Amino acid sequence: MAISVHQLDDGAWISVDDARRVSVGELRRLARHDFCGCALADVLVEGFVEVGVDPPDIEARVAGQCIACGESGVTDWLAVGRWLDGEFYPVAPESVHLLRRSDGSPTG
Amino acid sequence: MPSKVEGWKDEVYGAEIRERLFEFAEEGWESIPEDEHDAWFERFKWWGLYHQRDGQESYFMMRIGTPNGVLKPGQLRTVAEVADEYARGPVDNPEFGGAYCDWTTRQSIQLHWIRIEDVPDIFEKLESAGLSTIQACGDSWRNIVGCPVAGKDTHEYVDAWPVAEELHEEFKGNELYENLPRKWKVSVTGCDEGCGQGDINDLAFEPARKELDGEQVRGFNVRVGGGLSRKEPRFAKDIDVFCRPENATDVSAGISALFRDHGDRDNRFNARIKFLMDEWGPEKFRAVLQEEYMDYELPTAGEDLREDYTYNAGTQGEHGDHVGVHAQPDGNYYIGLDVLVGRMGVEDVYELADLAEEYGSGEVRLTQRQNAIVTDVPEESLDALLDEPLLEDYSPDPHPFMRGSIACTGTEFCSLSIVETKNRQVRYARWLKDNVELPAGVEDFHVHLSGCTASCAQPQIADVSLRGMKTRKDGEPVEAFDIGLGGGLGEDPHFADWIAMRVAADEVPGYIANVLAAFEDEREGEESFREFVAARDEEALENLAEPAETDYEDPFMHNTKMTWYPYADEDGMDAKPTPARADGSRIPADD
Ligand code: HEM
Ligand code: SF4
Ligand SMILES: [Zn+2]
Repeated sequence: MAISVHQLDDGAWISVDDARRVSVGELRRLARHDFCGCALADVLVEGFVEVGVDPPDIEARVAGQCIACGESGVTDWLAVGRWLDGEFYPVAPESVHLLRRSDGSPTG
Repeated sequence: MPSKVEGWKDEVYGAEIRERLFEFAEEGWESIPEDEHDAWFERFKWWGLYHQRDGQESYFMMRIGTPNGVLKPGQLRTVAEVADEYARGPVDNPEFGGAYCDWTTRQSIQLHWIRIEDVPDIFEKLESAGLSTIQACGDSWRNIVGCPVAGKDTHEYVDAWPVAEELHEEFKGNELYENLPRKWKVSVTGCDEGCGQGDINDLAFEPARKELDGEQVRGFNVRVGGGLSRKEPRFAKDIDVFCRPENATDVSAGISALFRDHGDRDNRFNARIKFLMDEWGPEKFRAVLQEEYMDYELPTAGEDLREDYTYNAGTQGEHGDHVGVHAQPDGNYYIGLDVLVGRMGVEDVYELADLAEEYGSGEVRLTQRQNAIVTDVPEESLDALLDEPLLEDYSPDPHPFMRGSIACTGTEFCSLSIVETKNRQVRYARWLKDNVELPAGVEDFHVHLSGCTASCAQPQIADVSLRGMKTRKDGEPVEAFDIGLGGGLGEDPHFADWIAMRVAADEVPGYIANVLAAFEDEREGEESFREFVAARDEEALENLAEPAETDYEDPFMHNTKMTWYPYADEDGMDAKPTPARADGSRIPADD
């Protein structure tokens, strides 16, 4: 199944199956990450730099800033939603996200 | 690999988008195939239509490009009529009502809640008045900016208005330059105040003189590669080229062709010419331009007027912003009116058009500080115009906090935004005016508020820069700002230094009050705020002041981006009345 996933308007939102599904402006908590020194980073999503699919996950690398420590940067891949049976299920921003390195290996 | 957007542009782009746009308009919103939404909305930008953010599906922002901010006699009334008839949404804005016009920081006009079904009628109305939305957004020549009183200014060294008009005629709808790697922002200025803001544009023509063939010639020096977006602000670089007014079109053609051919089409984040300038530097840039794109020998730069610049220059005494009553060289006057955050309710826009016709020539101009100017007023009509009630709300002699306020679109309509902007800035400005005394002699104090790092409100060139952020208060996410200090233009432009980070939105006015109190206590003599900031290191600036809660109340602390419209009574995403049919009725979701 080919599903169309892209970021638009300078990374302001992610389109999945030609509908806007995920937007900038949310805080997302990251565990097992090397984005910053915080055990649990609290990252404001300012832009989606890259998007991809690792079925069933819809993933993105996020440009943002940890509001706990102030570190800015781009995250490893994190799941922002899942595509199951033709439907999109967002990952709740307030849940704790586990990341995958850009080279595909698990973080930790 | 070329980006997805480049692929869509290869299929259909430029002037030919219009035909399809009109077909969709004829058949209605639902005729746009769902799996082509993203591609079409990207293309519609070229015709000045920007799909509004999540929750506002089927409504568009429409941008009208008015070169140099000039609205010829009659055009403002047309804009008001279009706004009145077509720019009304499902819910009013609590400050500005049901229909309003935005004057933007690039001397353009933005209307909101536009329906695609109405676009052909709107275009007909605009175009019959000589107005257009062509290339107002999208990857091509955007609206050309400059000194808003070009041709009517006693400060003018070269008349830049015919040059701006010529560039507008030449490059709007020109197939050779219609598909660039990214937006292309041009400033042409002939005045000695520096109000064209050339330093923050992709291409800038600034007044200069040079001896050529034994003759003193008035023309322009050329700078390339300015821009503020994405935490990567750049001032345009001097490429050591002097240009006669009659060569401006050739030089512009060469430089925008260079950008077309050499700009990055693989990565949109790296596409603006400022990044090519980072890579090449001005010498290589000039050499490639000369060799590959010019058929005459480019003269080296002339002597510029930058040391005379007063506009946003961090000095006191002269504003350089064209607000107030000023003499024109022809003996008439122009009156610059302060429009807080650049937005006027439509009744006020009609009234402004009436006043311009009654007292002036009917012409109105827009400035890069989101203000409006009535031109061509004879001396004997001045007093009567100044007595008009409209000028109580849009003052020619505004309080500095009103005069200094700029705000972008924000979460009200914009997908990129992190926070609410315009209505908040209105409240900030009013609170500051009522509660904070400016130190002696300070008449200019700029507070620019942008909802995100795209920096449409140009925060980095303000005394106080506010950039949308989030923080937590009692564990709950709230809207916040990163705060910078001490930015501005002038001879030696400077970007604000980011000093107080993630300040909750309701503590920002208190912070500004505390900063100003510290400035008053510690300043040396007549030191300007910008000099005061420049004289201190980061640590000293961080210790200058603390954010503070005050009696300022902020109604937009919650996550306004997660509403469908921040000012609706029922603002939750699931209450959204969109997408809607042309009659406003909601189209039920079919999945
Ligand atoms: C729906 C509303 C808007 C959206 C979605 C939007 C989008 C953007 C984007 C994506 C950028 C970054 C561009 C880049 O990387 O080159 C940007 C920058 C900018 N926009 Fe907007 N914009 C909006 C409204 C406005 C308004 C009202 C103005 C005033 C004319 C404006 C003027 C600017 C300026 C001056 C920049 C700044 C920086 C630069 O030149 O790099 N935008 N905007
Ligand atoms: S600065 Fe950001 S939030 Fe404000 S209008 Fe521009 S893109 Fe939107
Ligand atoms: Zn952190």
